[in-house]
Amino acid sequence: MVPKIMRQGTLTPWLYLAAAVAIMLVFIVYPTLNTVMLSLRNKTGTQSAAVDCIPGEPCWGTLDNYRYALTDSEMTQALRNNALWLLFMVPGTVAAGLLFAVVTDRVRYERLAKTVVFLPMAISFVGASIIWKFVYALESGAGAQIGVLNAIMVALGRKPIPWLTNPNWMVNNVSLWIVGVWLWAGFCMTIISAALKAVPEEILEAARVDGASEWQVFWRIMFPIILPTITVVITTMVINILKVFDIVFVMTGGLNGTEVIANRMFKFIVTNQGRSMAIAVLLIALTIPIMIINVRRFREQEAIR
Amino acid sequence: MSTERIRNTLGRIPLHIVVIGMVALWLIPALGIFVTSFRSREAVRTSGWWTALSTPPTPGQEEYAAACASCHGADGKALAEADLLDPTIVESYTSSARLIRMLREPIDGQPHVEDPEWQALIEDTQRTREALEKLAPVSEHLGILSGLGRAVDYSLTASNWIDALVGYKGTETYQADCATGVSQSGKFKCNARDLLNPEGMARAFLNSLLVTIPSTILPILFAAFAAYAFAWLHFPGRMWMFALLVGLQIVPLQMTLVPIAQLYSRLGLSSTFVGIWLFHTGFGLPYAIYLLRNFLGGLPRDLFESIYLDGANHWTAFWKLAVPLSVPAIGSLAIFQFLWVWNDLLVAIILLPTSPVLTYQITNLIDPRGGNWHLLTAAAFLSMIVPMIVFVAFQRYFVRGLLAGAVKG
Repeated sequence: MVPKIMRQGTLTPWLYLAAAVAIMLVFIVYPTLNTVMLSLRNKTGTQSAAVDCIPGEPCWGTLDNYRYALTDSEMTQALRNNALWLLFMVPGTVAAGLLFAVVTDRVRYERLAKTVVFLPMAISFVGASIIWKFVYALESGAGAQIGVLNAIMVALGRKPIPWLTNPNWMVNNVSLWIVGVWLWAGFCMTIISAALKAVPEEILEAARVDGASEWQVFWRIMFPIILPTITVVITTMVINILKVFDIVFVMTGGLNGTEVIANRMFKFIVTNQGRSMAIAVLLIALTIPIMIINVRRFREQEAIR
Repeated sequence: MSTERIRNTLGRIPLHIVVIGMVALWLIPALGIFVTSFRSREAVRTSGWWTALSTPPTPGQEEYAAACASCHGADGKALAEADLLDPTIVESYTSSARLIRMLREPIDGQPHVEDPEWQALIEDTQRTREALEKLAPVSEHLGILSGLGRAVDYSLTASNWIDALVGYKGTETYQADCATGVSQSGKFKCNARDLLNPEGMARAFLNSLLVTIPSTILPILFAAFAAYAFAWLHFPGRMWMFALLVGLQIVPLQMTLVPIAQLYSRLGLSSTFVGIWLFHTGFGLPYAIYLLRNFLGGLPRDLFESIYLDGANHWTAFWKLAVPLSVPAIGSLAIFQFLWVWNDLLVAIILLPTSPVLTYQITNLIDPRGGNWHLLTAAAFLSMIVPMIVFVAFQRYFVRGLLAGAVKG
């Protein structure tokens, strides 16, 4: 609570808030409402989406852009891929982050090792995509393989593989997920590591004295203590992955079965505004559960404070 | 050393393998593009970056030594009537198909090639395909000897970086073109002005700085005022407004771009720096306010009470107390916002298409056939230098900020 002596005037707080609130109204609230509105309009936003309906074909009237966003084969592919990204990347990054946090904690060159794993956080997704495009590079002719992975394949006596343009779409997606883990594991590691270091040493010692193995100490004591932190990491990763765009845009352009929601939205920005905005609304709808979780957690924290 | 300690050390070996292996996995991909950025176009195309430090043999040298050197000499000029340094002679045999036809013709009744193994291969019409494959490097070698062809340049060079900076996309290098005067008539002036070429990374670097610096300062400034109000001022709706802010932090940016772009075209802000500054400010504010408010709210109450007892008002309390004390939080925030804006691609493409920033310029360089890795790698590294310096120098602030509000992506 604010101390009594500090309560000066009823107008003052609004003066402090004015600039920030005005900017957020223009750049967050207005565009959000406008996006919902445009999602009900046609390609150019001039008429209702219903006018593009062709008699005899399925149509959802004013909501026709949502028919595209939810049922078109390109969109179902994108939705499937985003779901797979979530299924693979959330456990993948959290597990990698947890592993690194635990192992680096036990070596003397901890800081150096952590900086290396964390460094991808500093560079752009575009830069990271270039790095990995080069790792996956494929020489389909007789020349030497200049991508590390295919050079290894050849050295092992196997055929080089098109890692990003494979007829098997799962291969392309797995290649992209590896880039994602490379990018985000450092983030998970840093947060989990801070939580691990905050676990009181006495508790662990007590367990060890009682004869618990290191394995038991970790899973029975440390893990439950850091579980709330892991939940925070998971919710953050879910948001990051729902929004994933740059990696796909630069590495595959969404081709060969690697389409994702955000890339679809981007493709339609100029050519079909209504669809583009319907996809954007869909994306934000998917983030609402996380939003609710975050607000609830915030209120719990405030209640303790 | 006691057995106990030896066992201990040995037992830790798997641990070190895991840690070092993981560091290597994280480092090698980046090392690949760093090394590649210093290699010539031909070297990148014909060999892996991991071979950069070993000098590969000139193509065909071994084959030439085995089949030809005994008569023509190691340098190719031993026979006066067949001087392999003479381009007019070699000219006719630069393809292996023409070379083999010539080699199959006897000289003075004797087979052209003396070496029995090569002789057998060349004569055998069943194995023409194999012979052609083996002769290809020889004809390439002859080309290099006579000055017709050019050997692949395996030396390390900074020319890719220069080409990327000025936006040179020709077949030679910027420096070579300028030295021979080819570029004088074209778009390059061959002086410092070339750094301003709109297709170059130098210009994009400048654009990135022009976008990023104000986009970092503005949201922090506005957020500091708002955060102070949320932390130390009393007004109705304080709690629910802040809860709304917590939710807003994760609004996917993609949503808000099109209406803003339309608004800008009506206001004449399309493709202006002011436009992109304002957008990044708006998008950065919820997180900035959240972080700063939590930090300010955590400061001791007594401090604020005592400064008020001394007769201060909110304005002095804000500048004399709140701002100086929140320097660590402002530091974390500045790094976050800086990296976020510097690395952004989507907003820059849509709101600032005419003044490409680094990320956008790189995507312009991508060749779908993969023909310009030498340029792309240098460009990618150019874009990473600043964020990596900022990151390593202020890592502590960065981690602190991450821990304070791990919600924004």
